[in-house]
Amino acid sequence: MNPNVWIVVGACGLATIVIKGAGPVLLGGRGLPPAVLRVVGLLGPALLAALVATSVFGAKHRLVLDERALGLGAAAVGVWRRLPPLAVVVLAAAVTAIARAL
Amino acid sequence: MSSIRSGARAAVPLAVAIAGFGVSFGVLARSAHFGWLAPIVMSAITFAGSAQFAAASVLASGGGAVTAVVAAVLLNARYGPIGVSVAPEFEGSRWRRLLHAQLIVDESWALGHQGDGRYDLGRIIGAGLTCYVAWVVGTAVGVAAGDLVGNPSRWGLDAAFPAMFLALLAPQLRSRRAASAALSGAAIAVVLVPLAPAGVPIIAASAACLIGLRR
Repeated sequence: MNPNVWIVVGACGLATIVIKGAGPVLLGGRGLPPAVLRVVGLLGPALLAALVATSVFGAKHRLVLDERALGLGAAAVGVWRRLPPLAVVVLAAAVTAIARAL
Repeated sequence: MSSIRSGARAAVPLAVAIAGFGVSFGVLARSAHFGWLAPIVMSAITFAGSAQFAAASVLASGGGAVTAVVAAVLLNARYGPIGVSVAPEFEGSRWRRLLHAQLIVDESWALGHQGDGRYDLGRIIGAGLTCYVAWVVGTAVGVAAGDLVGNPSRWGLDAAFPAMFLALLAPQLRSRRAASAALSGAAIAVVLVPLAPAGVPIIAASAACLIGLRR
């Protein structure tokens, strides 16, 4: 087991509890400036797209094009056809595994 | 009390999808060498899907604990303003508010919205509880299933991470601005993969959110 796992699990848990609780515990209905809301709202798309890119093309410190890209293509079709997330994941894994076995 | 029940019931269709996400998280966390207990504990105390996937993905790709946690925190940053938006409805002691705030997830927040920026706390709590149970139970099922998997790349599980992130990303691409942030974030990360330590490209990609400063 990766020795960092428990550190990450504990720190992520604590940080999330604090982030979720901050507004309800500290603020009594005061709002945030719209520019802050716009910036924070874009963190999700920016980071998730970065995660898609690194987890499909990344391999240690190199960029590679392998069977995972085919799996991601299948996932994109699944998302476009509005399949449920679990089906999208299974589809991507299956396409990748089959391409690898060929 | 009845609003808690109505929220809990309204969340049932979403809970099916959330349980599916949970199963995926359990399987992927196992393949990222999380053991069997840590994924379940993580789902129980963090209760934030995309952040958990991100942390597991960073560790799986050889990143350190700090980069994994920073990536998760950045993905959860949206819960800051979301918490602020519902704060006026919260009542009781600080501990009670802190506890109830943990049931805020995207789904319960959306179901608790009553229009005009007003929220029903009971519905948030009810919907949050349904989603929470689905998430933790789904994770446990995934962990158990992960035991049967063996070598993850033989089953294409390494491609399940990007597929999962794509499924999480798609519903967030509602505006042109969000699409530009996504493209810029991906570009920053790809350029940095050969240059920076694992996990850092993802954190650097968060700079793309500054597009939001433009009016």
